[in-house]
Amino acid sequence: MAECAVKTVSGTLPGFRASAPLLLRQIIATSAAASLVLPLATPAAAQSRPPAPYANVQLSDPAKEAEATALMATLRCLVCQGQAIVDSDADMAGDMRSLVRQRIAAGESADEVRDWLIARYGDYVTYDPPMSAVTIPLWLTPLALLALGIWIASASFRRRRPPRR
Amino acid sequence: MRRWLLWLPLVLFALVVVFAVRELRKPSDRTVYSAMVGKPVPDFTLPPILSGRPGLSAADLKVGQPRLLNIFASWCVPCIAEAPQLMKLKAMGIPIDAVAIRDSEPAIAQFLKRHGDPYARIGDDRDSRVQLSLGSSGVPETFVIDGRGIIVKQHVGDIRDEDVAALADAWRNAR
Repeated sequence: MAECAVKTVSGTLPGFRASAPLLLRQIIATSAAASLVLPLATPAAAQSRPPAPYANVQLSDPAKEAEATALMATLRCLVCQGQAIVDSDADMAGDMRSLVRQRIAAGESADEVRDWLIARYGDYVTYDPPMSAVTIPLWLTPLALLALGIWIASASFRRRRPPRR
Repeated sequence: MRRWLLWLPLVLFALVVVFAVRELRKPSDRTVYSAMVGKPVPDFTLPPILSGRPGLSAADLKVGQPRLLNIFASWCVPCIAEAPQLMKLKAMGIPIDAVAIRDSEPAIAQFLKRHGDPYARIGDDRDSRVQLSLGSSGVPETFVIDGRGIIVKQHVGDIRDEDVAALADAWRNAR
């Protein structure tokens, strides 16, 4: 919404000399428009609720907090798909952190919380996928590539030796 | 020396190119679908978000008749886009309940006044707890739930005009 407003206002802002470079005029117009628009944008942002109780608050028990943090580092943020929920500033990631902390605090193990989420979102939600028929290449490919690398390396080293007479 | 081995890196590279081109021409579906389709709605109770209107609990979704469950929010732009389609579904006689994500009473009241109110019940899910328990990964999403409270279909994203028929069919088939 704010962006649309900026475009409209900068298009209609009067009073710029035609001799001023176009880029400079645009920068001035945009920043003037932004200063007009930004106060209007605040109420929209204020509509969003405050973060969930344990989104950014640690558990008082350090052992449980450590367990929750370790788990959160391996859970995918669903709206910002490249990030773990522990790193993400998205509202939904905050809600997921709060959920994880509250479940751990209530006595569930990290594996139980992970399984609860996998039952809802599939393996996609975890960065530590369980071994299955679908994920077996993930586990075996690195070993296969390592074996290939060793084979290529050993073959090249052999070739470098001076030929025997 | 096995000369054919010289070609191996090129073959591997060609393979990578084939995968890259295929993904660029027709990107694979990155949508996160719920794993709860085919399973019963998890137990929950949400307070009403509007005073004088009912809230929503899992029991309200097992009343013998299939219903739509719309996950929405007043701060969500695609939810505005799908509002007319929800009104169409309502006009077809399909009951629609809603879960409002991270929202407030005045914002929801204004949203419904401006874009129409297709909902029988609206639950207040202030920290996305019910959304997460349904396996929903964003707003808007729409679930079709049969009369026994089993989730039979999930629609991710805003309901476009061309999606209305499929949702109405799913609702009819769930009876």
